[in-house]
Amino acid sequence: MLMDDNNCMNNNQSNREEMLHKIKCLKFAITDLALYLDTHPNDEKALCLHNKYCKELRTLTDQYQKMYGPLSIECPCNKWRWLEEPWPWEGGVS
Amino acid sequence: MWTYNKVLQYPINIKQPDPKLAKVIISQYGGPDGELGASLRYLSQRFAMPDQNSKAILNDIGTEELAHLEMVGSIVRQLTKNASLEELEAAGLAPYYTDHGVDVYPQSAAGVPFDANCLACKGDPVANLQEDLAAEQKARATYEKLIDLSRDNPDVLDPLRFLREREIVHFQRFGEALRGVQDKIATKHNMYLNNCKKNN
Repeated sequence: MLMDDNNCMNNNQSNREEMLHKIKCLKFAITDLALYLDTHPNDEKALCLHNKYCKELRTLTDQYQKMYGPLSIECPCNKWRWLEEPWPWEGGVS
Repeated sequence: MWTYNKVLQYPINIKQPDPKLAKVIISQYGGPDGELGASLRYLSQRFAMPDQNSKAILNDIGTEELAHLEMVGSIVRQLTKNASLEELEAAGLAPYYTDHGVDVYPQSAAGVPFDANCLACKGDPVANLQEDLAAEQKARATYEKLIDLSRDNPDVLDPLRFLREREIVHFQRFGEALRGVQDKIATKHNMYLNNCKKNN
């Protein structure tokens, strides 16, 4: 039973880290594409990738925040969860 | 990390240039009690705060100050855009124009460039939060002086009054954060002093 609980927690933690890693990758890709599009606004391929990543980011961020709490103050919650997690400079969501 | 939202926190629509006002309002951009200093003060202090509430309030007010920095920059821009060279000269902006043209540069009303000496990070949560309370009062007082000087210009008065009100809200929140920190110091003194570890 204890083993199962631990496994469950580990799985939960690794799922969380995996989701967060994807969110960070998508955010970085969007930033980098936006810089490129600022000077190449007519590049269809870059625009297409930007659209794809924005959609993926929105879906993934919604999922993550429902499961693990807010990533920004613009996330509605039933109780104020902004104070719960460590800050990124404390080895929290970094 | 941060992402940018392409909106102002409060609308700014100034119809007539007025470089004389721009010359004084720029103090809230890069002056000693301005929004740049406020943002850097809070975002720098937040790292070593001893409780979640004060970290959160410094993080979130420091972020709002960046939105205010953008508002003040927008006011300065709109007050100088389309002003004639003669109007700039009459406002005493010839030296500014020489060095910065029509860019918005962080400096005080007296022309002193932004200096991080205007903010303190003392390594002490009580000293830091007291500093923040004073900073909000100084910013409120500065906005009140700017409101006096902008008395004939409703387009400028409106956003300045909004900014002044935000200083009062921030003062209130910092007061609450300070009380929280002091209560915790009273019960768990060592945990909240935030000094370096000492070898016994």
